[in-house]
Amino acid sequence: MKIAISATGNDLCSTLDARFGRTSQFIIYDLDNDSYISVDNEQNLTSAQGAGIQSAQTIIKAEAEAVITGNVGPNAFRTLTAGNVDIYLGTGLTVQEAIDKFKNGTLQKASGNNVEGHWM
Amino acid sequence: MQISIASGKGGTGKTTIATNLAYFLKKQNKTVTLLDCDVEEPNCHLFLHPTWTSTEKSTSKIPLVNMSKCIKCGRCGDICHFGAIANIKDTVLVFPELCHGCGGCSIVCPTGAITESEKEIGDVQTGTADGLEIVQGLLKVGEPMSPPLIRSVKKYANTDDEFVIVDCPPGTSCPVIESLKNSDFILLITEPTPFGLNDLKLAVDVVNELKIPFAVGINRSTIGDSTVWDYCKEQNIPIILEIPHDRHIARAYSEGILLLKALPQYEEKFTGILEHLQEVLPS
Repeated sequence: MKIAISATGNDLCSTLDARFGRTSQFIIYDLDNDSYISVDNEQNLTSAQGAGIQSAQTIIKAEAEAVITGNVGPNAFRTLTAGNVDIYLGTGLTVQEAIDKFKNGTLQKASGNNVEGHWM
Repeated sequence: MQISIASGKGGTGKTTIATNLAYFLKKQNKTVTLLDCDVEEPNCHLFLHPTWTSTEKSTSKIPLVNMSKCIKCGRCGDICHFGAIANIKDTVLVFPELCHGCGGCSIVCPTGAITESEKEIGDVQTGTADGLEIVQGLLKVGEPMSPPLIRSVKKYANTDDEFVIVDCPPGTSCPVIESLKNSDFILLITEPTPFGLNDLKLAVDVVNELKIPFAVGINRSTIGDSTVWDYCKEQNIPIILEIPHDRHIARAYSEGILLLKALPQYEEKFTGILEHLQEVLPS
């Protein structure tokens, strides 16, 4: 199973990025063999609108079944849900710590968006 | 001919110039329609006090997907530049607040799975003041997408009129592009401050991209510094209007009185615009 983590850098020492749509990177971590790749999200950083939807599509394409991030808006939530991606919320963690917490089952699972869209 | 009044920066005096130019041209016995395309905050009416004669609902089209016909080819999502339609695994998601209503998704759909439904986005009001035809768009509160409403407002322009004056929204994004479309000439209003210059440069980039003839007007020309003049000289951009920082103008403005009604001595400034237009544009 693969999980995606919004991150400020491209390795496991990076900090978890609280932003989902406008995170600079996603770490796609494969729990089956403890390997990972990073996916650049730079293009979305500058998009005017719809960043959450685009980011969701990026991690769905990367075949992640769960995502760990800080905040998700309504459109990101809708898109991730349609793609059967579970959402876990974390804050003030490194990517490695977030993965460890996910493995221990100590991360909170989101049942809806926890922030509003940016144009509201 | 369509003359659009735009600016990068907000609050530079677009509406002051648009309303007074329209009023001035009407006084010269031209036929004029004024389109207030700043649909999030239309304010030409504050100075022209029109009598509204009609109000019509404006709608935008949003896609409606029939999943039983969808073959999940992904073309609808690929063509949408705004991410308003997304192909996710076994379903297609539509985000109406991101949709510009272009209809591209329904055109590329090979199976006819996408039809369009109407979404109400605001009102288009038409009226008259001092013989001027005025049209304004009024975006519905909470509706983030103004270009489709701006398109509706522009449809009301009387093509037989000698002049269609467009008061644009501020900035350089989609609503501005929509307002500027089909302009014969653009007047960019700025103020001689670092902010004014910065945003003027952005607006000039947009207008150059659109390849429409343009000039600059400087409002509150007696404040700030000389960098806007220096920039225009360097870029060979004509400055066809300069209005000084004048307490009397501010007073008339705050009372909702048209500049040229309160201070007719400023009429010669607008004569300058008309002369420039006659020089650069085929009649």
